[in-house]
Amino acid sequence: MLESVLITIATAATPLLIAAVGELVVERSGVLNLGVEGMMIMGAITGFAVAIVTGSAWIGVLGAILVGAAFALLFGFLTLSLVTNQVATGLALTLFGLGLSGMIGEGFVGRPGVKLGQVDIPFLSDLPHVGRLLFGQDPLFYVSLLLTAGVAYFLFSTRAGLTLRAVGDNHDSAHAQGINVVAVRYLAVMFGGACAGLAGAYLSLVYTPQWVENMTAGRGWIALALVVFASWRPWRVLAGAYLFGGVTIGQLHAQALGVAIPSQLLSALPYLATIAVLVIISRNRRLTMMNTPASLGRPFVPER
Amino acid sequence: MRIELVKRPQQSALFSILSPFLALALTLAAGAVMFFLLGKNPVTALYYFFVDPLLEVWSLHELAVKAAPLILIAVGLSVCFLSKNWNIGAEGQFIIGAVAGSILPVVFPGLQSWIVLPLMLLMGIAGGAAYAAIPAVLKARFNTNEILTSLMLVYVAQLFLDWLVRGPWRNPEGFNFPETRNFHAYAVLPEILPASGRAHWGFVFAMVAALVLWFVLSRTLKGFEVKVIGQSPRAGRFAGFSSGRMVIFAFLVSGALAGLAGISEVSGAIGQLRPSISPGYGFTAIIVAFLGRLNPLGIIAAGLVLALSYLGGEAAQISIGVSDKVARAFQGMLLFFVLACDTLIHYRIRLVRTARMDAKGAQAGHA
Repeated sequence: MLESVLITIATAATPLLIAAVGELVVERSGVLNLGVEGMMIMGAITGFAVAIVTGSAWIGVLGAILVGAAFALLFGFLTLSLVTNQVATGLALTLFGLGLSGMIGEGFVGRPGVKLGQVDIPFLSDLPHVGRLLFGQDPLFYVSLLLTAGVAYFLFSTRAGLTLRAVGDNHDSAHAQGINVVAVRYLAVMFGGACAGLAGAYLSLVYTPQWVENMTAGRGWIALALVVFASWRPWRVLAGAYLFGGVTIGQLHAQALGVAIPSQLLSALPYLATIAVLVIISRNRRLTMMNTPASLGRPFVPER
Repeated sequence: MRIELVKRPQQSALFSILSPFLALALTLAAGAVMFFLLGKNPVTALYYFFVDPLLEVWSLHELAVKAAPLILIAVGLSVCFLSKNWNIGAEGQFIIGAVAGSILPVVFPGLQSWIVLPLMLLMGIAGGAAYAAIPAVLKARFNTNEILTSLMLVYVAQLFLDWLVRGPWRNPEGFNFPETRNFHAYAVLPEILPASGRAHWGFVFAMVAALVLWFVLSRTLKGFEVKVIGQSPRAGRFAGFSSGRMVIFAFLVSGALAGLAGISEVSGAIGQLRPSISPGYGFTAIIVAFLGRLNPLGIIAAGLVLALSYLGGEAAQISIGVSDKVARAFQGMLLFFVLACDTLIHYRIRLVRTARMDAKGAQAGHA
């Protein structure tokens, strides 16, 4: 029983984790991309549609990653090359993604999807109590953990990671040192988009293998909140994602048990929890200031 | 090839006016390509989308019905965005305004008097403003990111409305449909010209709100304060302006107008509460605000354009069988083009060949 609850929490947490870790890299490079929700929903419909057409969930996943990155490239072109306002452009990406996915998805409503199979290692997956939890989950669950570890290592233990953080903390001095600020940010933004696309594919290929309009239901925004909650640190994102996975699953269980609280109020809990967490984190102004990448959201035009 | 931006010594007056039109033209071009890819004749499709709805009087009324909430919300958002307060939860403030304004006709249907309607409007305004006050106070007091909190509150408001119309407020004579009782005659916002179509007084409210805010923003000290704090909070502080109070002011104004839009829509166009009372007006209004270049007069025009895209979506669905979802994609695309074209106001764009990227080459390129 406990094992199966933990597994469902992991399924709820994984898409949040993937999207948030991607956005963390973007924000560490000094760019605020509010289009996570839009890239995620495009990943969800692309993954779903490609999987149905090709019959392979993995090709669907690949398609979702590519579309997420392509959408991020569009965002990058506007905010990095044309120096548009990042907040407004991110919103545009979300609105466009929600609209376009609804349009593309119309032919896929109600069609049975392709589910990404679970990992099955002989013997290990059948271990009592922990077998399914540790060795028998969907492959993207393991990807999400590797991704977190990889990003943590990259950011804090490699030269390239240092460069990326330098760009995010002070783009003017990074530029003066000869770092190509815009190129670094393009790469970071596209990585974030690929992650958001992957997170979307998780929703439509693992979490609920079907297409429902607006099926991301604000998860992209929660991922953005998680990055703030985690004060831009990868392992704290993991903790936050599982906390939110727990809240989500907890309220679903409460609904299933018929608790005498209206189901809508329970469904609102993850959103209210996000607000509560943001308030708690941001209350300490100095701590937030210390952790926020100093150039976050600021436009950069190379001087010559 | 790469793009290089050269800062203009001052804003280009030409592109300040031209950029929204350029953005519209580019959106139409991109739309034509999109329709072509969907296998439709682009000319016919664009005709049904953007011309056909303008040819009938009843249809012009529908345009006003859709434009009213968009303009009301967007002029409020312009105060927020000019002062760099990112209220993106207007959809939620719209819903709470509608709910608060509906208390009298739904809970106290026996109260039948001319006083009901003005009270409803005031309660709608108060409801929207109170809901917007949440992210504002959190930002002013705890420095909490208002983008995320205001957006989260949209989902909460949608769920709250859903609970109300399925639970305590469900119409007792409504055959279990998830909707409230119909508003009685005293609770309905009248039509402007009942003989020719459905446009209600919400459109008049929108015009008045836009004119008043245009005056405030361009002719008063408060408007100056809004812009100074938006452009340079530091300069604002030297002038004695408080950015904390500005957060509250901007959110209260935009929340109040979103609430007024909500109760006007419910009382004037729908006549009851339902699980869904808005096709995303609160989000589309963000596009309206930017297309109108955050100027309330520009927003009137922009609101009509975006309202047309809603109508066009419905018309094109009926006449040529493209999904009305196309309208949403159109609207998102439009915002991209608006933002991209606004770059031309501040920068000159120059294309540089990549081979000349090294320092000497760049010098040669300038010569």
